[in-house]
Amino acid sequence: MAGAAAHEDHHDHKPRGWVRWVYSTNHKDIGTLYLIFAICAGIIGGFLSVMMRWELAEPGIQIFTGLAQMVYGFEGDAAIDGGKHMFNVFTTGHALIMIFFMVMPALIGGFANWMVPIMIGAPDMAFPRMNNISFWLLPPAFLLLLLSMFVPGPTGGYGVGGGWTIYPPLSTSGQPGPAMDLAILALHIAGASSILGAINFITTIFNMRAPGMTLHKMPLFAWSVLITAFLLLLSLPVLAGAITMLLTDRNFGTTFFAPDGGGDPILFQHLFWFFGHPEVYILILPGFGIVSHIVSTFSRKPIFGYLGMAYAMVAIGAVGFVVWAHHMYTTGISLDTQRYFVFATMVIAVPTGVKIFSWIATMWGGSISMRTPMLWAIGFIFLFTVGGVTGVQLANAGLDRSLHDTYYVVAHFHYVLSLGAVFAIFAGWYYWFPKMTGYMYSPLIARTHFWVTFIGVNLVFFPQHFLGLAGMPRRYIDYPDAYAGWNMVSSYGSYIAAIGVLIFLFGVFEAFSKKRVAGANPWGEGATTLEWQLSSPPPYHQWEQLPKIK
Amino acid sequence: MAEAKPVDARVERSNRMVAAVCVAFFAGMVGMAYAAVPLYAMFCQITGYGGTTQRVTQYSDRVLDRTVTVRFDANVAGGVPWDFQPVQRDVTMKIGETTQIAYKATNLFDRPSAGRATFNVTPELAGAYFNKVECFCFTDTTLNAGETIDMPVVFYVDPAIEDVPELKNMKTITLSYTFFPIEPAAPKAAAATGKTGKTADEKIGG
Repeated sequence: MAGAAAHEDHHDHKPRGWVRWVYSTNHKDIGTLYLIFAICAGIIGGFLSVMMRWELAEPGIQIFTGLAQMVYGFEGDAAIDGGKHMFNVFTTGHALIMIFFMVMPALIGGFANWMVPIMIGAPDMAFPRMNNISFWLLPPAFLLLLLSMFVPGPTGGYGVGGGWTIYPPLSTSGQPGPAMDLAILALHIAGASSILGAINFITTIFNMRAPGMTLHKMPLFAWSVLITAFLLLLSLPVLAGAITMLLTDRNFGTTFFAPDGGGDPILFQHLFWFFGHPEVYILILPGFGIVSHIVSTFSRKPIFGYLGMAYAMVAIGAVGFVVWAHHMYTTGISLDTQRYFVFATMVIAVPTGVKIFSWIATMWGGSISMRTPMLWAIGFIFLFTVGGVTGVQLANAGLDRSLHDTYYVVAHFHYVLSLGAVFAIFAGWYYWFPKMTGYMYSPLIARTHFWVTFIGVNLVFFPQHFLGLAGMPRRYIDYPDAYAGWNMVSSYGSYIAAIGVLIFLFGVFEAFSKKRVAGANPWGEGATTLEWQLSSPPPYHQWEQLPKIK
Repeated sequence: MAEAKPVDARVERSNRMVAAVCVAFFAGMVGMAYAAVPLYAMFCQITGYGGTTQRVTQYSDRVLDRTVTVRFDANVAGGVPWDFQPVQRDVTMKIGETTQIAYKATNLFDRPSAGRATFNVTPELAGAYFNKVECFCFTDTTLNAGETIDMPVVFYVDPAIEDVPELKNMKTITLSYTFFPIEPAAPKAAAATGKTGKTADEKIGG
């Protein structure tokens, strides 16, 4: 025993100070960096959204005129126009930040980096130094995106206001300033980071599993990350190609998307959504993996239908590549094409249903303990299902004619992402926080965080269904008085959700200051994956003696 | 450093193998994205997707009793200083019948200018059956200062359109042209950037 401890000490030497973090090749340190980065980006992205809700609380233009005066120094009527554009910049910035700099770094860079090598019994990622560059590409990308908000975009405005979809011609001739170029470069760099990360995960999961850890014994979170990595590898290059074409159209006179040179702006939409649709599964699949572990742990039962769960994710990933034009029903595609995309889109509800029902079946008859991660996981299942149901409705091309680009769509994708993916992130956070830090969070603060967030986000997004059904279009700074009531409710919800974020941050602070020791496995016999066999926090280098796989 | 990488040479080799395959995948997908550009154009030409009309060299060998009205639409994009209009607003003809109509364009500018026409028809499904034998859009058009020309279009509607269930009740096809300038002065973004920068500066200053 003493010998083992000494042995561990020998291998636990880590570089001191900033060198440990900046030069890090350790998957746990890099995962921590990713999580910190995601929290920072999430606060900025959340700030943008609260500003938008503040503006939309009442009809008329309240705050963005003043904001444009303050930030950009506009005066008079220029401030009104500049403020309107600024609102669009905020929607665009909020989306890009939340997708590329919050959810993806948290789930893939953070939790997957931390847990996948441990779960599969690997000492580290396959390419530790590539892991380092994956992370350190993100801050410059984020800075470029933030910078783009302060340089000229269209005439008389600053920043990119074209929406995260950056459709031409609005993103080419519509926004001639350098803001769009900076945003495109930010996406390039963030994309390069994700691609390197994806290659690293694929290699790690294929090659570095401990003896006996066959693919069909691998934890579901590792499965979800493997599938996510493949989706990244196949879809991101298409985005990279499309935005490179955009860049050359803007700056070097090519005409990929310009009709005057024989190009077609609709082609960009096809390329964008060929990336964009798999991207939404990239955001949610790791969450599926996390929720599977939590539901199983706190029901004290193995997950119901393990293989079905794994291959449901494979099916979601595969079918996700052939449904992209359901974002484009109103672009004039033929009826037969629409029929196909309606059908293919609805097919995705089948494997997704397999997952939902398997989670419920896991809980069924289980010895359920409602600890904080389980609260978040059940919240995830409920809210994701609500978003899934509106998704099936939106899949209908006929219905989409009236709902396209309304708040109904906004409510739908926030239910699956803001309430789905984000709840999964918090579920994972509370599940693995004791493992990653060695400290136990305060259950009271954690539960308060859950309930405040749950009430807040539902108040934000549920009324948006009504607004969308009533025809309120998205991406506008103002609306007719008829929409005032539910917009007010929605805005108050966002303030409550913002308070939830503060409670979260306080909870982290409290846990680190109180230093309650969590122990190797705070969750009991239900927690069966390999990370619970290690100390909390795990040793700097783990699995020098290979784990035994049951 | 050796401890940081506790993987033996065999695993290392195998890792590089997997990574190389991944990189190849990546390169392939970027290639596919670019290949989409010509493929998409080919796809539109062959299927008439998005109302892309067809170019043919032969007249139709059969004419149906069903008639269709073809309306003509003319547009110019910014940067083409032309007055561009169809000579007649519409024409009604039998399906399969070859018809000649004309557009008229006048250069309002005091310098020669050149344009290229893009085209499509609505309903978009009719694109695959709208056959042009001769069209000014097949080539670029240059007009001298103040010059006016007539530009003919010779076309017929393919009788095979009878077999398309969605177009059974179609009575009208609209043929639309938009002239775009050839050789824009500079790349759009770059050219306008200076302008935007100035406007924004003025706004700050003012």
